[in-house]
Amino acid sequence: MITLSKLAKTFQTKDGSVTAVDHIDLSIDQGEIFGVIGYSGAGKSTLIRMLNMLEAPSSGEVEVAGRSMNTLGKRALREARQEIGMIFQHFNLLWSRTVADNIAFPLEIKGVPKAEQKQRVNELIELVGLEGRGGSYPAQLSGGQKQRVGIARALANNPKVLLCDEATSALDPKTTDSILDLLVDINKKLGLTIVLITHEMHVIRKICHRVAVMENGSVVEQGDVLEVFRRPQQDMTKEFVRQVTEPEETEEALRHLFEDDSIGHVLQLTFVGSEAQRPLINDVVRAYDVEVSILQGKISQTQHGSYGSLFISITGAQAEDAIAFIKEQQVEVEVIRHA
Amino acid sequence: MPEFIMGSALMLENINWENMWDATLETIYMSVIALFFTFVFGIIFGLLLFLTDRGQLWENKAAHFVIGAYVNIFRSIPFIILIVLLIPFTRMIVGTMLGPSAALPALIIGAAPFYARMVEIALREIDKGVIEASKAMGATNGQIIQKVLLPESMPALVSGITVTAIALVSYTAMAGVIGAGGLGDLAFRDGFQRNQPDITFTATIIVLLLVFILQFIGDTVTKVLDKR
Repeated sequence: MITLSKLAKTFQTKDGSVTAVDHIDLSIDQGEIFGVIGYSGAGKSTLIRMLNMLEAPSSGEVEVAGRSMNTLGKRALREARQEIGMIFQHFNLLWSRTVADNIAFPLEIKGVPKAEQKQRVNELIELVGLEGRGGSYPAQLSGGQKQRVGIARALANNPKVLLCDEATSALDPKTTDSILDLLVDINKKLGLTIVLITHEMHVIRKICHRVAVMENGSVVEQGDVLEVFRRPQQDMTKEFVRQVTEPEETEEALRHLFEDDSIGHVLQLTFVGSEAQRPLINDVVRAYDVEVSILQGKISQTQHGSYGSLFISITGAQAEDAIAFIKEQQVEVEVIRHA
Repeated sequence: MPEFIMGSALMLENINWENMWDATLETIYMSVIALFFTFVFGIIFGLLLFLTDRGQLWENKAAHFVIGAYVNIFRSIPFIILIVLLIPFTRMIVGTMLGPSAALPALIIGAAPFYARMVEIALREIDKGVIEASKAMGATNGQIIQKVLLPESMPALVSGITVTAIALVSYTAMAGVIGAGGLGDLAFRDGFQRNQPDITFTATIIVLLLVFILQFIGDTVTKVLDKR
């Protein structure tokens, strides 16, 4: 659905040129939710803006829904843009228009007849769960409701692709989740391809099928979300994965435990899907002369199954053997402290 | 002496109410016509100033400079001098230097740049994200101007035209001094030069009333339009 080849963007500033996006190759399939994660300044915002040419690439090619975006003339580009919806961190609604008129805006741009506009607006209001709010002005809505209007507006012309530019970054956690649920719902109902950028791994975990990690204008790692969670390769990716798998206090709590010499070996186990249900700890304790205590554990749900991480400590005569046994299982093991 | 002036001002014995009414109508005529054209030209020049600026839809350094220079120069010339400077121009298009219509060119040329700056400021206040969102939806520049820039800045455009309207009323009074008619003319010629302070006093009250009415209308419309 979307193919980027050798896509690059260089900005000229007073202090010389800055490469925001550095020759990225990427392909996104039809109907998938693709996430791009990175810290601010990683170039992800520039990247998503080049998908609909809000930002013109310095070099490389962008193909969206069979159109080579970077070669289109003004008029053709406007028509192509009508098939690419976009939502924004700060919603970017017109405050002078009601909810219904905001949603009708892209229809007016396209020149859809009035009666048809009205019908489509009603469908969309229902789709995003804003029944009865059509006559309200954006200023009268909460952040989550404003983003729902943004989504309805983006979907008005039945786009093939939806771009989400930090769409939940201005929302509280609960509202974020409800917006993410809505995006998944739309993705399933309409078979819409969704590309989103974010700095929150929680967003990737919750709704994305595939993820690309960006750093300094390049994609340093990409793959299925579950796979990236299980075996993060780059330090940057590990850092993002930790955002979700480890509560903030984990590191502190573990450091405190490490001061106690009797704690023995400390292992971090990472398991995926059905492995999570296996009685691994039970097997270990039965087979070896060891004592296992669980320090901390967490299971997270992704679009392709569950993902868990467990911190345990092992003491006893056969501790080394037990660790060797665990390593043979379908579980990622990292010994983070030796006795 | 002050008691004498106040006393005779309150007596209202010198006032010819028919003249006073005619002068009021002349002032209203000058203000309303000038206001209309000021609004039209101010919006056009304000839009051009905004759109030709760096990073905007019609970015154009040369055009921005020329329009900016015009606006700055005509906004800086004191109005009373502008009227005198424009005498040949006024003669050419109106045919005379006397009467309310003769004041119009100077009023419009003086007030439009003033309003254009306010239009530009109002447009600058619009969230850039909203313009970007419109582009992302495939809007043409014309659609962005008509459906985004003007409606989104409307409250500021209206409060700006209110301020401009009040400035225009005081400009008409100045224009009166060189023979354009209206309340300023009456206050100066009949009130000051013939030493009839009650005429000056009454003309002032009427001007104040006009200003209050304008301000009230402007504030009310702004409040209705502002949905933020």
